[in-house]
Amino acid sequence: MQFFFEILIGGLLSGVMYSLVALGFVLIYKASGVFNFAQGAMVYFAALSVVGCMEKGAPLWLALILAFFIMLLFGMATEKFVLRKMVNQTPISLFMATIGLTFFVEGFAPLVWGHSVRGLDIGIVDEPIESVLDSLGIVVSRFDLVAALIAGLLVTGLALFFQYTRVGRALRAVADDHQAALSIGIPLERIWAIVWGVAGFVALVAGMLWGARNGVQFALTFTALKALPVLILGGFTSVPGAIVGGLIIGASEKLAEVYIPPVMQAMFGGNFGGIEGWFPYVLALLFLLVRPEGLFGEKHIDRV
Amino acid sequence: MFKQFKSVACAAAVAAVFAAPGAAMADDQFFPIPSYRVGPYGANGEAFYGGFIDYLNYVNMKNGGINGVKITWEECETEYNNAKGVECYERLKSKAKVSAGPIHTMSTGISYALVDKSAQDKLPLAMMGYGRTDAVDGSVFPYAFPLITTYQMQASAIVKFLKDKEKGSLDGKKIVFLYHDSAYGKEPIVALEAESRLNKFNLVQIPVAHPGNEQGAQWLKIRQEKPDYVIFWGWGVMNQTALKAAQKVGYPRDKIVGSWWAGSEEDTVPAGDAAKGYMSATWNVAGKSVPLIADIEKVVYAGGHGNLKDKSKLGTILYNRGVSAAVVSVEAIYKAQEKYGKGKSMTGEQVRWGLENLNVTDARIKTLGATGLLPEVKTSCSNHEGSGKVKIQQWDGAKWVPVSDWIEGNKSLIHPLFEASAKQYAKEKGITPRDCSKEK
Repeated sequence: MQFFFEILIGGLLSGVMYSLVALGFVLIYKASGVFNFAQGAMVYFAALSVVGCMEKGAPLWLALILAFFIMLLFGMATEKFVLRKMVNQTPISLFMATIGLTFFVEGFAPLVWGHSVRGLDIGIVDEPIESVLDSLGIVVSRFDLVAALIAGLLVTGLALFFQYTRVGRALRAVADDHQAALSIGIPLERIWAIVWGVAGFVALVAGMLWGARNGVQFALTFTALKALPVLILGGFTSVPGAIVGGLIIGASEKLAEVYIPPVMQAMFGGNFGGIEGWFPYVLALLFLLVRPEGLFGEKHIDRV
Repeated sequence: MFKQFKSVACAAAVAAVFAAPGAAMADDQFFPIPSYRVGPYGANGEAFYGGFIDYLNYVNMKNGGINGVKITWEECETEYNNAKGVECYERLKSKAKVSAGPIHTMSTGISYALVDKSAQDKLPLAMMGYGRTDAVDGSVFPYAFPLITTYQMQASAIVKFLKDKEKGSLDGKKIVFLYHDSAYGKEPIVALEAESRLNKFNLVQIPVAHPGNEQGAQWLKIRQEKPDYVIFWGWGVMNQTALKAAQKVGYPRDKIVGSWWAGSEEDTVPAGDAAKGYMSATWNVAGKSVPLIADIEKVVYAGGHGNLKDKSKLGTILYNRGVSAAVVSVEAIYKAQEKYGKGKSMTGEQVRWGLENLNVTDARIKTLGATGLLPEVKTSCSNHEGSGKVKIQQWDGAKWVPVSDWIEGNKSLIHPLFEASAKQYAKEKGITPRDCSKEK
């Protein structure tokens, strides 16, 4: 039972890391109805910018600020050179544009900062919390706990921002209908620039934590793969949904990885395992059959 | 201003086209190089191919080529992607008709895709420490060369190392095999199972799904299993993640021994303190203390002809591995020239013969200034591996330090596995194996 809880807690904490990446997707989808394929690449770009600035001599705090401005500039440039020309285009056209953006960022980021694999020390050692280990015999990572705390703060901040600020309400209006939002005087260009900037900030936080955990390298772009089932589960438009989805995916994939292979081996022989890669997708697929809009997603009703 | 810029750009483009090393002359020795310097594993490829090309350049600059034959080459970016790897091969093979050095893809997947094609095109495929391992049996695979070490022999050598650490017996010990859930990760299983039966240790296999950036469950399982050692077959981001995850569950890093794909600076530096004490197999040493590496820096880089912009990669594990791979490739051409004509460029078919009759002795390695860089290599028709030896190295927090001499895997246990697999392959493909006793 102790082992079960260890896996469960570890899974929940990993899930928070997935949520961080999923949040970036949600933000842009909420504000523009675009599924931003480039979010994983943005995580990579943001983390590379932090280590790149640090290599040039900046301390961590300054590197974070500089990276934030770089991501902000990137967001504004994306709005100006990519999205502005695509107002009122179909969602699939906007989606295709973000695929192009992905390739651009994946090439551009290492061109600027180099593609060597680098470590990122943010001062939190990824070791078990000894008091928990001694009293309960359960491994709980200090790093993952801090990451969960940061994610919690981020979600609270974003939820408040969307709910209670003028810009937040404007963002939601733009997401509903570009043309209608423009007609009532909402400055679409500014709103998009803001949302891409905020998504860049979320990418920076995710990149910093994932980079500190696994090293800053191209593989950070793969973090997006972990976010997709989270989005399907939580809903593409819900900030709290990204967190709940992350927790469900994280916990279920870890429990599945530990408890399903022995059953399969007993049934079919051979060596099963390594199911973490596909299990979340199967779970998300099953979930889609029951609730296509996700746990917290908005039900879409079209007038016929 | 714009006009001026345009004309300068055009002139530069024209100059670049004509100065490309791939513009091979009939008398040159051409090397087709399907390399990768971008994409998920670009950092690894950058160091390896940097070292490889630097050595080719070094031979040109220092010796005026191979017995006077100038070496030329052309790179094609594969991004470590199988489809792009095949595309590059097809593009480069047309230029490799007159002469061709061994092709190094540094990718098991691309190598698998090229094994049959390269044999049909009579172009030698080198797979040093990776690729299709049953190609050790040259009677079935005349054009494929898994030189120096294979996954199975490497796993066997690691077991031997652990056995020595345990004063000669692994009886009753528990070893976890944590592996990348791919062909690469699964290859050593057959060898480790044979070793576990022979040495009576308990083998627990735990796969990790690609790309391996999440290993929480696996390491909690390892914590529960309490193994004496972990043999680790990782690649790319999986390596740093494993070391960090081991730290997270408190598993000692000096009980983990990785494969050579998990034993470079790219794997340990990003893991920071979590990597300290971690060990891995390697078939070449790191550092600039090897005279050849120091001389390459002096001759090639001092003249401004170095392939790498980032000179800090010189002397790293993967850079030195690229140099080692180039040394063996060039030696094969020297060997081929002995038979087919000194001072002539060699065709793929002739270089194949050179690779199959390699005899890079310690004396020759010393002459090259590469003592300690790589083990002796002696190949034959029935043994395309030619060595089977690795060293074990340990990360001291700043650099890799060798902690063993060359260790040879259990050949009598492992090589019959290759022969059986090659025989099966020959049967499936309708290949009549060559009679190695008649090959010279």
